[in-house]
Amino acid sequence: MATATTPQTPGRRRTWRRLPVVHQLRQSVGLQRGMLVAGLVLMGVFVLTAVFAPLLAPYGYGQLRDAAGSFGAQQSPSADHLLGTTVGGYDVLSRVIWGSRTALYVIVIAVLLSIVLGVLLGLVSGYFGGWLDRILVVIADAVYAFPTLLLAIVVAIVISGGQSKMWGGIFAAAISITVVFIPQYFRVVRAETVRIKAEAFVESARVIGASNWRIMVRHVLRNATRTLPLILTLNASESILTLAGLGFLGFGIQPTSAAEWGYDLNRSLSDVTSGIWWTSIFPGVAIVLTVLGLTLVGESLNDLADPRLRTRRRAADTPEAAAEVSVVPGGTLAAPGGVADLETGADR
Amino acid sequence: MSAVVDITDLRIAFATDAGTVEAVTGVSLQVNAGEVLAIVGESGSGKTVTARSILGLLPETARVRGAVVLSSKDGGSSSDVVPLRGAQLRELRGQDAAMVFQEPSTSLNPVYPIGWQIIEGLRAHGKLSKKEARAKAVDVLRRVGIPDPEHRIDHYPHQFSGGQKQRIVIAQALVLDPGVIIADEPTTALDVTVQAEILELLRRCRDDFGAAIVLITHNMGVVADLADRVAVMYQGEIVEQADVRTLFSSPQDPYTQRLLAAVPRLGQGVEHTRARAERRAPGWAEAAPVVEAKDLRIVYPGRLRQPDFTAVDGVSFSIRPGEVLGLVGESGSGKTTIGRAMAGLTKVTGGSLTVLGAEMNGFKERSFRPVRERIGFVFQDPASSFNPLLTIAEAVAEPLVVHKRAKDPRAARPRVDELLEAVQLPKAFGDRYPHELSGGQRQRASLARGLALQPELLIADEPTSALDVSVQARVLELFDELQKELGFAALFISHDLAVVDLLADKIAVLYRGQLVEEGTGEEVLGAPKHPYTQRLLASLPVPDPDEQAARRAHWEQLSSS
Repeated sequence: MATATTPQTPGRRRTWRRLPVVHQLRQSVGLQRGMLVAGLVLMGVFVLTAVFAPLLAPYGYGQLRDAAGSFGAQQSPSADHLLGTTVGGYDVLSRVIWGSRTALYVIVIAVLLSIVLGVLLGLVSGYFGGWLDRILVVIADAVYAFPTLLLAIVVAIVISGGQSKMWGGIFAAAISITVVFIPQYFRVVRAETVRIKAEAFVESARVIGASNWRIMVRHVLRNATRTLPLILTLNASESILTLAGLGFLGFGIQPTSAAEWGYDLNRSLSDVTSGIWWTSIFPGVAIVLTVLGLTLVGESLNDLADPRLRTRRRAADTPEAAAEVSVVPGGTLAAPGGVADLETGADR
Repeated sequence: MSAVVDITDLRIAFATDAGTVEAVTGVSLQVNAGEVLAIVGESGSGKTVTARSILGLLPETARVRGAVVLSSKDGGSSSDVVPLRGAQLRELRGQDAAMVFQEPSTSLNPVYPIGWQIIEGLRAHGKLSKKEARAKAVDVLRRVGIPDPEHRIDHYPHQFSGGQKQRIVIAQALVLDPGVIIADEPTTALDVTVQAEILELLRRCRDDFGAAIVLITHNMGVVADLADRVAVMYQGEIVEQADVRTLFSSPQDPYTQRLLAAVPRLGQGVEHTRARAERRAPGWAEAAPVVEAKDLRIVYPGRLRQPDFTAVDGVSFSIRPGEVLGLVGESGSGKTTIGRAMAGLTKVTGGSLTVLGAEMNGFKERSFRPVRERIGFVFQDPASSFNPLLTIAEAVAEPLVVHKRAKDPRAARPRVDELLEAVQLPKAFGDRYPHELSGGQRQRASLARGLALQPELLIADEPTSALDVSVQARVLELFDELQKELGFAALFISHDLAVVDLLADKIAVLYRGQLVEEGTGEEVLGAPKHPYTQRLLASLPVPDPDEQAARRAHWEQLSSS
């Protein structure tokens, strides 16, 4: 497509330093930096756990016995079962580790689906306007009016009849989340498109005689996607909560098909009153930490994206050299050596 | 004479994403009671920051060193503004120093009546009863020339014209009788004819109210008209300070000399136009025009119960091949609308507009597309007319790619390099992003993009009004050279008569959607026939204090008759 033909100037631009999250990390200061780093660490742990689940987990997610015989139900933490076993006789640690994998699948599928559809619809709707735009906006508003979880339950029932195998359950959760998230991407991209449509550079493309499709892809789309990383992280955390909610309400995935935190929480309900704490605490903590990590990243990206919320280092008393003010109007981010200079004095 | 403001060794630095930026480096300045001190300089020279420091109006990211001593009007008290915070600072603001902002339409709160906004300042400083405050507000409104102030005090900002709004802002500043008024580009957002009135009012602020004025501006004509003393700032320093006559007659610093030389003056273009006319081949006058408008009407449909707005009303003109038509008029006169209609960005609603043989009244995008190849367009604001995510080379290559002269931006690069060279930009700039270029460089790149397809017609919509004077001069020069070389016809839209005079073969003056006068620069500027053109010319301040004084007298005569 047209966007792919960027002449690369080696070494100067588009280095890894300008990648979305990396760039913000280098830009941040103080508490905001702490929040971002904490979020990234939590996210990293989550993703690594999911990827290396087969290596990390001592047992399979649906394993009930090993060579020494059956695990036994509701065993307290021990050397064999570091976090104990559940009421169904599964190893808690293994279920928690395998559960991250299910969660990651759902996040990736849900976010990909909703981003592709939401962005496309938002772009078309915002650029062309007219009756199509009005209808799409009404539909998006209608979807907003539904409670997320209720909608997800309906979709889960439609897709899999409520109970299912691993991929059926994952898709049920992912698609139900997609339906809810599309309006968010749709609205953001539509609003940005409407704004950018009025910018002089879009008019200049029209004067040149560029086709609508070319203007949309080359000039509007790339400028309209700036806030997406932010919604993406916030939505990812929300999708985990929806998945866990579905599992908790009994619309999740069978324990023999995949591990799922919400399902485990549901099964451990009765344990709580009888003093068996390990079956509920660990899946719960896993959910909390993952959501916290994603939310921290999202929130700090939000703050950093807004120049008014972004904290900066105070002006030093003796600046090394006076910069020429007029040289980089509005372009301080990419000022020669700008960000790099910041970084050297940043850590200590 | 006593100094109302005494600035010593002022240094201001800002914390930005790119580290500390020094905006002002060691400025010392005095403003005496009852004088107008003009601070001139390009954008980024630190003139606004310096003036704002007098009121302590700097953002939190600023670090200020040095002393700014502000004395009250009666000379009773004086204090250093720099260390002051909160309540103490508020005590000074309005009372000892007040501010007039650039854009009158945004510096008044639209949801309160103007009287409320003036009284708000009064009640913040004194224990006046409601009645007294209102009486005072009415009085000050009358003194700044708002007709029927008793009644209009309860009107909202949108019920006033731009010039009246600026009068109200000035009234707001004057009501507490401050010793010094800081006027930050007070006339930049206004039309020339209104500008002359506001300048007159500011002069009265000094004469009748006895207020000193710190005038921040980049317009040397305004300086010549109003200022007593001038301080020239460049890169955070004052390079020259002198009495206004001395500065204009014998500028000392090389920067000031360059700045003054760059200011376009009326009448410079006459010789130039004559030389161009002589170079023309015989039979040129009979050639088919590139653009022909006959009784052109453009109406914007009104919204919800509002009547339609007629932006262009029965305008006829023509542009022959290789001719530059300058279109002049104030904001709202319809000049930009005509330019946009020629590029197919605005629908023509009546009459006929033929551009390169294509009729624009009821045109279809599909059939017009081939014609677009022969039209170039240069936009007003170079900052927003480039896609921020494309490099300059990609942006300039865009027309070539769209019209299939090149497969992709990379293949177009040799031609792009040629074009950049033609507009005197280094080839390496092609790899930069728009925000890494200065305003003037961006506008030159914009010119390169407009000329990429070697158009027969170039439409330039206020291409230099967002630029500093010195940069403007170079862009205009470049435009002229390229026009001579490539021989395209051009529509040059501007609100600045002097700029149009420099370039255009023919000048057309628009007033409220109608063409009131058309002719060569010599005819229109030398012997204007229409009263509006006469007023326009008389209100244009020229960068020469003595000549301007004479012109001002003429203007006063013209506006009183």
